Amino acid sequence: MIEEKFDAIVIGAGMSGNAAAYTLANRGLKVLQLERGEYAGSKNVQGAIMYASMLEKIIPDFREDAPLERHLVEQRFWMMDDTSHTGMHYRSSDFNEEKPNRYTIIRAQFDKWFSSKVREAGATVLCETTVTELARDTNGKVIGVHTDRRGGAIFSDVVVLAEGVNGLLGTRAGLRDMPRPETVALAVKEIHFLPEEVICQRFGLTGNEGCVIEAAGTFSQGMTGLAFLYTNRESISLGVGCLVSDYARTMESPYALLEEFKSHPSVKPLLADSEVKEYAAHLIPEGGYKAIPQLFGDGWVVVGDAAQLNNAVHREGSNLAMTSGRLAAEAIFQVKSRKDPMSAENLALYGKMLEESFVMKDLKKHKDMPALLHTNSQNFFMTYPQLISAAAQSFVRVDGTPKIDKERATMAQFVKNRSRWGMVSDAVRLAFAWR
Amino acid sequence: MTIAVKDVRVEDKLFQNRYLVDVGRPHITVRPHETPSPNLLALTKVCPAKCYEQNDKGQVEITADGCMECGTCRVLCEASGEIEWNYPRGGFGVLFKFG
Repeated sequence: MIEEKFDAIVIGAGMSGNAAAYTLANRGLKVLQLERGEYAGSKNVQGAIMYASMLEKIIPDFREDAPLERHLVEQRFWMMDDTSHTGMHYRSSDFNEEKPNRYTIIRAQFDKWFSSKVREAGATVLCETTVTELARDTNGKVIGVHTDRRGGAIFSDVVVLAEGVNGLLGTRAGLRDMPRPETVALAVKEIHFLPEEVICQRFGLTGNEGCVIEAAGTFSQGMTGLAFLYTNRESISLGVGCLVSDYARTMESPYALLEEFKSHPSVKPLLADSEVKEYAAHLIPEGGYKAIPQLFGDGWVVVGDAAQLNNAVHREGSNLAMTSGRLAAEAIFQVKSRKDPMSAENLALYGKMLEESFVMKDLKKHKDMPALLHTNSQNFFMTYPQLISAAAQSFVRVDGTPKIDKERATMAQFVKNRSRWGMVSDAVRLAFAWR
Repeated sequence: MTIAVKDVRVEDKLFQNRYLVDVGRPHITVRPHETPSPNLLALTKVCPAKCYEQNDKGQVEITADGCMECGTCRVLCEASGEIEWNYPRGGFGVLFKFG
């Protein structure tokens, strides 16, 4: 099919693949990018929030033509029980800055735009092409790929595995382990369309301002999980994600959880009269620092979700993906410039650059959080939300009960449900994991 | 809390999506078995597209047409060899308009 040899082959046209392919092509390398979908983005699912400064490092003037939905001026965190939410809202007009910090996006549209930039930078982008196997020489060095198109292998000095969380190639080639049920969450998502002015009205927004709600609570049935609601320009993206191991244990259906969240009295009015236009599902890497595989080897590097680079605590994924793709490309460019071989020894530069970036520093900081939340899910996602709701209700409801009695009753509820030792232990472990 | 919304028809949700089905070439297959393992059985509830169902003999079967290629079944059942998972051929499968 393609006789020539490339400097680099990038597998996948998601955030990390596009970042890598763009950076490589922009520096003059001969790049082939392969994507199994009909177009870049057709297989990709995200919430989705996009962080500007990570994209700025790749395409500084992206705001001129990238399809952006709303820049975020308000963040709400909700702890929910069946009938209530206790929330923290942060809203600031400081976010109405000239170059806003974060935006909601619609991935299929955003990825198409990003892919057009990759092509403009000079890379060859081939869609509808599934890579079936990595090509390796007798020493095991990755030297190219086999695809489901006719013709033989396509060769390159280095292969960038940007194949996503469910990437088959790296795991089948033995370069990394399969994701385990305990280290990935299954998220389901719907997109609800509403007129622009209705969204503005319901969330108190003006123009392109956006609002985000992220919630935990009893809707996840005691599983480790999170729900989100993001305002786009003319639509609302919302979804629920829980650990796959928890789903297998409880035998809950993800779409039933999604309906439960949508029918909650705090959420339902926000969606009233909307028209659903898509239902999507995707895995999210949740294992954190301890789940990160070997990141480079002879003739290959792995980036983005495929490398489990996701910060579940801060709900950041695409910026880690973009940054790892960019750093991998910069490392490859440096090795190439020195005319050195793409060996594991030389590509270790990518690992070093990632270690020095916020990506690994953040993941290392929260390395104990996944284990804490995953093993204590019943307390964090069921008991505490219920206790906090009861405490808040008792605090605001005026019914002639003396305040001192209310406070004692609230304290007694906490002690009864979680015990003094349990609460102290949770607080200490949370503090240590957060540190 | 019990799930109040019992009768969710996932078919109605999948109806919104765009697919290009590779007729006669399912990308996921279930290994023949007598009794499903707990993980395989869980897929009848956990698969977000409800691709897995039990037949009248209690065995788990798959119809992969509505598959969103999330990989949940792969994570739960590939290592044990109970299912075989491949990507659809290039261009086939789910095509997200929004994603």
